[in-house]
Amino acid sequence: MAKIKGAIVVDNEACKGCGVCIVSCPCKVIELSKEVNGKGYNYCYMKDPDACIGCASCGMVCPDGVITVYKVKSE
Amino acid sequence: MTQEELNNIIKPENLVYEKSKIMTNNTLSFCPGCGHGTAHRIIAEVIEEMGIQEQTIGISPVGCSVLMYNFLDIDMQQAAHGRAPALATAIKRLMPEKYVFTYQGDGDLAAIGTAETIHACNRGENIAIIFINNGIYGMTGGQMAPTTLEGMQTATSPYGRDLKIMGNPLKITEMVAMLAGTYSVTRQSVHTAANVKKAKKAIRVAFENQKLEKGVSFVEIVSNCNSGWKLSAPAANKWMEENMFPFYPLGDIKVEGKLVK
Repeated sequence: MAKIKGAIVVDNEACKGCGVCIVSCPCKVIELSKEVNGKGYNYCYMKDPDACIGCASCGMVCPDGVITVYKVKSE
Repeated sequence: MTQEELNNIIKPENLVYEKSKIMTNNTLSFCPGCGHGTAHRIIAEVIEEMGIQEQTIGISPVGCSVLMYNFLDIDMQQAAHGRAPALATAIKRLMPEKYVFTYQGDGDLAAIGTAETIHACNRGENIAIIFINNGIYGMTGGQMAPTTLEGMQTATSPYGRDLKIMGNPLKITEMVAMLAGTYSVTRQSVHTAANVKKAKKAIRVAFENQKLEKGVSFVEIVSNCNSGWKLSAPAANKWMEENMFPFYPLGDIKVEGKLVK
């Protein structure tokens, strides 16, 4: 069975840490980091990269458009 | 998953979603979690998909989204408070081949600009009006707006909106749907991925309608104002689902000139 694997890249400096992507993620991949960016926001990151399916829900709801989504199908 | 495996996924050929090229690299001036950013982005995506970057003229309002011209790489003009539909009328009449849209909040469109909105919609100008409704005056500090819900606490209604003193919330979208000059009227939201897709489709229809020359396309986007509502972004979205949507139900109100609701 083909397995779908996804990954996201977050623009850490532009992320405002609103947490909308965390709620939207169906696989609970995203979490806010303990560290902060230059503006003092806890940016989001992939806590569980193995679970990501590249559905792009996070990218679509991100108000600041900081998330880029990649997806690959492997046999 | 190791970093190497991740790098194998993160390649240009595997890209499924990125920020639209029409969006500039300026950091958005909105509060964290504000629906304005999502609304800006889907407008940019529609313009990019239709390939009309050079033919689009946007009108930015007064309010939180006043700096919209910094974030979208298209021609834009900024109107006096509430006067965006009047300015859009002038631009569309002078340059009928352009795609003209206004982007307005509820304080701009439904309060100070009510006359301009109603008359532009009644005249049936071939413009798109995108209306962001968050039930509050966001930029000035969360005062009560015409669209504020009954019992909702704001800076100027600290005990909640009392209908006896402050009047009823205004459903301006239903109001303009009754006018003969509107061609399509719809209400959407941008708080989940599914709703973002629907809202994007509605905005695309609004832009495409301009070629038909049959009247105003009006898209309301019910949005959050987590700073004004004093909630976190996910909590504000939940509050919006529970309180805003029963009063402002999502869906099409007028399709191709016919009322459907």
